[in-house]
Amino acid sequence: MLSKDEVKKIANLARIEISEQEAEKYSTELSDILGFVEKLNEMDTEGIEPIAHITGAKNMAREDKIIEYSEETKSGVINNFPEKKDRFDKVKAVF
Amino acid sequence: MIKDLHNKLVNQEITSEQLTSDYFDVIEKKDPQIEAYLSLNKEFALDKARAVDKKIQSGEKIDLLAGIPCSIKDVICTEGIRTTASSKVLENYVPPYDATVISRLKANDAVILGKTNCDEFAMGSSTENSAYQTTKNPIDPERVPGGSSGGSAAAVAAEMCAYSLASDTGGSIRQPASLCGIVGLKPTYGAVSRYGLMAMASSFDQIGPLTKSVEDAAIVLSRIAGKDRHDSTSMPLAEKNYEDLLSGNIKNLKIGVPKEYFEGNGLDAGVRKIIEESIEKYEKLGAKIIDVSLPGGEYALATYYVIQPCEVSSNMARYDGIRFGQSIEKDFPSDKFSLADIYFKSRAKYLGKEVKRRIMLGTYALSAGYYDQYYKKAQKVRSLIKKEFKDAFDKADVILSPTSPTVAFKFGEKTDNPLEMYLADIYTVSANIAGIPGISIPCGEVETDGKNLPVGLQLMGKWFDEETLLNCAYAFEKKL
Repeated sequence: MLSKDEVKKIANLARIEISEQEAEKYSTELSDILGFVEKLNEMDTEGIEPIAHITGAKNMAREDKIIEYSEETKSGVINNFPEKKDRFDKVKAVF
Repeated sequence: MIKDLHNKLVNQEITSEQLTSDYFDVIEKKDPQIEAYLSLNKEFALDKARAVDKKIQSGEKIDLLAGIPCSIKDVICTEGIRTTASSKVLENYVPPYDATVISRLKANDAVILGKTNCDEFAMGSSTENSAYQTTKNPIDPERVPGGSSGGSAAAVAAEMCAYSLASDTGGSIRQPASLCGIVGLKPTYGAVSRYGLMAMASSFDQIGPLTKSVEDAAIVLSRIAGKDRHDSTSMPLAEKNYEDLLSGNIKNLKIGVPKEYFEGNGLDAGVRKIIEESIEKYEKLGAKIIDVSLPGGEYALATYYVIQPCEVSSNMARYDGIRFGQSIEKDFPSDKFSLADIYFKSRAKYLGKEVKRRIMLGTYALSAGYYDQYYKKAQKVRSLIKKEFKDAFDKADVILSPTSPTVAFKFGEKTDNPLEMYLADIYTVSANIAGIPGISIPCGEVETDGKNLPVGLQLMGKWFDEETLLNCAYAFEKKL
């Protein structure tokens, strides 16, 4: 059972602002889902390795080559900045 | 169907321009009610169609997909065309690049009509989680088209495109295909590049086609599959034209039926009956039906609903109001807000309920003290489930099951209880957990409230053996 306080703590970790009512609702919903996934404990996994990659691909490397993108693509990226100054992404001060 | 259209184009019975505007006419007529499309791409589509017509007129050889109109689920990036993932957070997002699957379609001169509705970031099983509109099932507009690729499935079923490209993380191609009575293929994990697909749960996500026929699915797959330098999980495959490998001969093919999938009372009686009849049809076609055991199936959904939200919580971290997407910074440009405020308030305002729920669930499962209990445990069970499939595939060439435990349900029926909605994926998640290919094909109908609602048959194949899988599906479709 997830308490309202635990829900608030998680929301804080996830960087999502939530209201009191939402905390209440999430507490029930998330508890239900966690109750359901408890089922996994019925499965004996003694000595079983957790899966790393499903098709078993390992150390996939690609050629270390620079690909030039067009001005259009570059401005496409810049145009998606929520706030910008010239060609820079404008953000609030970190400190 | 794609081949028929292709022949009409090369024989100059119809132009691609005409074909394309015919589809737009159908959309104009039907889509105000069905609401499958989020945006249309008229000018661009018609330009492309005319270019294909020129090629045909000058006697140039064209690809099977050339000049054929399709739709794209709105979680796949299309250069210069708004791509929203059905989320408010990407309301104004215009991708500066094409997903690899789109580049490949374009290289074959496909005509893209528009972008289709889905659950927000593909999270859901009914398309009710879209932040924009509610797509109706073309067979019964009081019912959901399934999800998350409900817009794509509805568009194909209602003849508003020839085929659609979508993504499948836990059943998002197969389940709506089942509910709308069409074909939906989820390829093996790694068969198709995920570059340009908005990541939901990266270890499960895979792009595939929704089509009118198995042959069409084979045609599309042949053109989108293969290694891509932009996706390190994509695998180098032998180049195959899957459509040329469909013989329809399945004599002595071993089809495994997992008994566990038919136990318990979650499976609707009407659906069960049709699936059992389909098994008999396969026997008549010469296949050998054998029992296989997949006891882990019961745990697949629980495994999925741990790993998937964990991956969601990390993938969704990019929607922070800084580099792209909606930000509250636009509404409050003053210096009163700190960087943290931008994160907290942008995410609160622009992400939908189900997305937040999964982010929170994943954040919890990955947080200090719970990681071993949830994530690591689930990854171990995932190993076990994969092993069960391996063992089953030692005996069987293909595994058969229902796609969905029920036919299409009504709007609002499952929206109050997230867990109830998750159960819609019970038969489909296993293929994503094991990374194997799965296809849903129409196999019959159940009469409900005076409407004949379609039932889907799911076939699952060995890793990278789409050839056998498609041929098995093709044999059934041909004899139906």
